[in-house]
Amino acid sequence: MSTTTDTTAAVSHPRGRQRLGDRIFSGGATAAGITILVLLAGVATFLLIEAWPAITAPAEDIPGGEGLFRFILPLAFATVVSALIGLVVAVPFAIAIALFITHYAPRRLAQSMGYLIDLLAAVPSIVYGLWGVSVLAPASLGVLQWLEGNVGFLPFFEGPVSSTGRTMLVAGVVLAVMILPIITAITREVFLQTPKAHKEAAYALGATRWEMIRMAVLPFGRSAMISGSMLGLGRALGETMAVTIILSASGASIFNLGLISSASNPTIAANIALDFPELSGISVNALIASGLVLFAITLAVNMAARVVINRRREFTGAA
Amino acid sequence: MRERATERERRYEVERDGREPEDERGREAGTTDARTPLVGGSLPRWGPWAVFSGVTAAVAGVLSVLGFNVALLAVASVVLTGAIIYGWARAVEGRRKATDRAITIAVSSAFALALTPLISLLFTVTSRGLARFDVQLFTESMRGVLGEGGGIQHAIVGTLVITGVATAASVPIGIMAAIYLHEYGRGRLKRALTFFVDVMTGIPSIVAGLFAYALFVLIYGPGIRLGVMGAVALSVLMIPIVVRSTEEMLRVVPNGLREASYALGVPKWRTIVKVVLPTSFAGIVSGAMIAVARIIGETAPLLITTGVFNSVNFNPFDGRMENLAVFAYNEYATPGIPNEPYIDRAWAAALTLLLIVMILFFVARLISARFGVKTR
Repeated sequence: MSTTTDTTAAVSHPRGRQRLGDRIFSGGATAAGITILVLLAGVATFLLIEAWPAITAPAEDIPGGEGLFRFILPLAFATVVSALIGLVVAVPFAIAIALFITHYAPRRLAQSMGYLIDLLAAVPSIVYGLWGVSVLAPASLGVLQWLEGNVGFLPFFEGPVSSTGRTMLVAGVVLAVMILPIITAITREVFLQTPKAHKEAAYALGATRWEMIRMAVLPFGRSAMISGSMLGLGRALGETMAVTIILSASGASIFNLGLISSASNPTIAANIALDFPELSGISVNALIASGLVLFAITLAVNMAARVVINRRREFTGAA
Repeated sequence: MRERATERERRYEVERDGREPEDERGREAGTTDARTPLVGGSLPRWGPWAVFSGVTAAVAGVLSVLGFNVALLAVASVVLTGAIIYGWARAVEGRRKATDRAITIAVSSAFALALTPLISLLFTVTSRGLARFDVQLFTESMRGVLGEGGGIQHAIVGTLVITGVATAASVPIGIMAAIYLHEYGRGRLKRALTFFVDVMTGIPSIVAGLFAYALFVLIYGPGIRLGVMGAVALSVLMIPIVVRSTEEMLRVVPNGLREASYALGVPKWRTIVKVVLPTSFAGIVSGAMIAVARIIGETAPLLITTGVFNSVNFNPFDGRMENLAVFAYNEYATPGIPNEPYIDRAWAAALTLLLIVMILFFVARLISARFGVKTR
């Protein structure tokens, strides 16, 4: 394409006006691109500016009274735990769904399933949150009690069981439902791109459908599964409303391993959403500092995921 | 991979040899025995379904004695069916086919299980939302309303204004950036932009909200809440989505069209404006609509930038606003006494929001299916 560009430039046009139009247009396009980079840099910069007072403030001014690090750490811990629960639950299902859509479902059905999955990614998080707290939480009580009764010796499943079901485990499961579409979308895309020759070679050797999938589809889609999971993890780390509504607890400053008791720490995002409207002064700066930490975590996860995707792209030459 | 395949194949031969040595030898020698089956045994087509319905009936019978539970019924019958089919297939068809059948059952039931929350979600939102889904909901705001009554007019206005401003800012920037990436970009800037747009799609929405707050607080001082702040936050979330989808659409414009235009001596920018953009117009519009659908239900960033407000406010530069999602959250999180009217309004707002998202989504799909570039 760049070669054609060069030829147009070389054609003996009366230069002047076209060149000006071209310059303005390409300048505008480039400016828009740079705006985006500036915006991203701006996010980091302004968060840092507003977080700075909390970073430099004496420890006793920070909510909890033990300094910024002790304020953020339990929140970050809860964030990672809830996101990991979501990831562990979601990934097997997402891969199963992607496989089902690409290799098991009838073709007509498969396309509408693809649309359905895309639609799910657009369902507002507040709807998931309301659903989680009013349907899933009460429905989970039986399972939570069973967990306490049978595997209660594990620190994660220590009692007393929450009486409302509004626990870390339920929040994690709702997160799983929410990140399912994104992981599915990415893995499905790549499963569809599996070279036909690989699949037919497997079938020609007499492989059953599962053996074909294991020999051709899964190895081809491995990096997509990894990067899709990481993008899902990034989404789960930053997801706010579902966790806010379900846990509805703020400002805990102790580590809490329990997944099924009602005393759960909120995640960073949920804590901000709950406390931000109420607070003022240095506490707001502390919340922004916690947001900065969240930003850094998700940025790292997303960048890693993109590096994995891009490496595969170079490797296979896929678009 | 080929290595592995042949290796598997060899192992399979050995296995089969071990099991039916006479048959194999007979076939090799060319003396086809009348008893030698040319096709392996296979389960009847109706087998899995028959087993499934039989098992379900049996489990239902047992559960009706022990205490009925739909979830337990589903799980128990699927697991039992899987086990029975595996055993049967293993006896009739051999290990590999049995594994294949087991995996098929596992994948299909995982799919069904994953659909359950979605169906439950749609059902819950619809049934609970309908309680207050009336005319009053759309004609009144919450101004001065305590307890029953009231509506979401102010929230609808807020949603339209905030989303509208965000869209007006994001779509041009997004489209121009995509044009840069696909038509002009080269070198390091292009690579950096591609990478960071991808990374930007993963910014948590609450962080976008904090950014907008941090930006405006420098101008207006602490505690500021404005509609336009929400729009800025939403733009951060929306721009990367628009860039991605637009770039995708520019990619499907056939290069022959561009070259034909260049051959006529049309400059590049006019080629883009008159040929490339019109060709991909439907796709770009539908991409933008899906981007709107993705951000219209955002709660967290607006909770901390536009705040909570009970009256209609059309001006994004003056005072608080509220969108549907924040309204739903607020009604749910801080209800009055008695709390039923508040909870009902929250569900009605959630239903409205879900309907808006679905309509946007399907119209977008329709546009791209109807007017889009035919890729194949």
